[in-house]
Amino acid sequence: MSNPAPNEIPHLLVHEEADNVGVVVVEGLTAGTDMLCCITHDNSTFRLTAGDDVPIGHKIALADLKDGGTAIKYGEDIGKIIADIPQGAHVHTHNCKTKRW
Amino acid sequence: MASKYSNITFQGFRRENGRVGVRNHVIILPVDDISNAACEAVANNVKGTMAIPHAYGRLQFGEDLETHFRTIIGTGANPNIHSVVVIGIEPEWTKRIADGIRTTGKEVAEFSIEQKGDFETIRAASWAAKDFVHKATEIQREECSIAELWVSTKCGESDTTTGLGSCPTVGNMYDKLLPEGITGFFGETSEITGAEHICQKRAINEEVGERWYKMWKAYQDDVIFAHQTDDLSDSQPTKGNILGGLTTIEEKALGNLEKIGRTSRYIDILEPAEQPSSGDGLYFMDSSSAAAECVTLMAAGGAVIHTFPTGQGNVVGNPIVPVIKITANPRTVRTMGEHVDVDVSGILRREQTIDEAGDELIEMIRRTANGRNTAAEALGHREFSMTKLYRSA
Repeated sequence: MSNPAPNEIPHLLVHEEADNVGVVVVEGLTAGTDMLCCITHDNSTFRLTAGDDVPIGHKIALADLKDGGTAIKYGEDIGKIIADIPQGAHVHTHNCKTKRW
Repeated sequence: MASKYSNITFQGFRRENGRVGVRNHVIILPVDDISNAACEAVANNVKGTMAIPHAYGRLQFGEDLETHFRTIIGTGANPNIHSVVVIGIEPEWTKRIADGIRTTGKEVAEFSIEQKGDFETIRAASWAAKDFVHKATEIQREECSIAELWVSTKCGESDTTTGLGSCPTVGNMYDKLLPEGITGFFGETSEITGAEHICQKRAINEEVGERWYKMWKAYQDDVIFAHQTDDLSDSQPTKGNILGGLTTIEEKALGNLEKIGRTSRYIDILEPAEQPSSGDGLYFMDSSSAAAECVTLMAAGGAVIHTFPTGQGNVVGNPIVPVIKITANPRTVRTMGEHVDVDVSGILRREQTIDEAGDELIEMIRRTANGRNTAAEALGHREFSMTKLYRSA
């Protein structure tokens, strides 16, 4: 938990506390940014350093995710992790895949 | 129980069957593809009318033909329509459609082309269309209750911001207005895949939930798995979805379902273009997830306003139903602002709550119902797409 500066706009939004990925909500996020992260469910905040340049709308790992694990968003299973992903790194089709098809 | 939403009223058009419309169109409706030219000629002759050309209507059979008839009849029957000129190549199906629309009590004139040709048909139909325009332009809007609105939803060009902002905004609107007695529609059968276990539980009771699951499963088996040639990663999520950051169909489906809010329950399931008959409440319509097809089916089911959350920026409209676009993506607001009716990007900056965004959407629904043209109307987006279930005979 941290105290964001007044009027500081979050870089990353997370739906639920159980989630292990969050969504970048600012344009032009660069690797190394000290991100203000907000869990929308209860408005709590934390900080995390971005590991990659990540476009708006794309996801970032909130913890080290292991190959074979499950990506959690909305508190639900959204697919399988298919490569080791370090905390702060970009999560997308190159390292996460549907379990449906 | 009265809430701050109970007393919302708007100026609408009350039709013969008691339903309320928010527009007052006179339409020239082809039964089939080969009658499009005559319909367009009539609409060109008589200002204030609108032709609704489409691609099908010949040699269809079985359930595919029934879906065609339901869609065309439902379009004419929609309360946003004052009166209808129906034109088909031959008299029988033309009459079937005209009679189907007449059950609403509205005026319908029908014309068939065989043994007359386009010229004679256009001449006679133009007289009828002109008479309808005079009548339509003399009727007045009157005060109607928000409870009389039928509001549909379907999202498009989704990205992760739809699940964070624009879809929950629509969900918040439904959570507030369904208890006031509006009728709602959601659907997109294939896009629920990945969240079907959650959608099933959102039924009003177990029986409806089980019927929903059977319908969803049939779509999976008969449509998706029957025709797939590879895994579906090339279609779902779409390329646009992936550019926007959506990785899997599960993630897309969970965001999609945000459109029915936290408390809303669906009370029944509708066939494509079927009109609800189980009273006020939320309905799931078995429908394609392609934007124009889905909005067309829901309009034929009787929806008079459509709410359309978008992330990357979908531009779809509909000829008879105003489509209200909502986006939370600040880049889309910046780059495609002319298509956006409700900007809820403040949710992403934590400057606006979902509750406030929901109220803003309700206000835009009220203004649109009063007659405010949506972005899609102003830009001339009139996409009308028939749903085809299988090849014609």
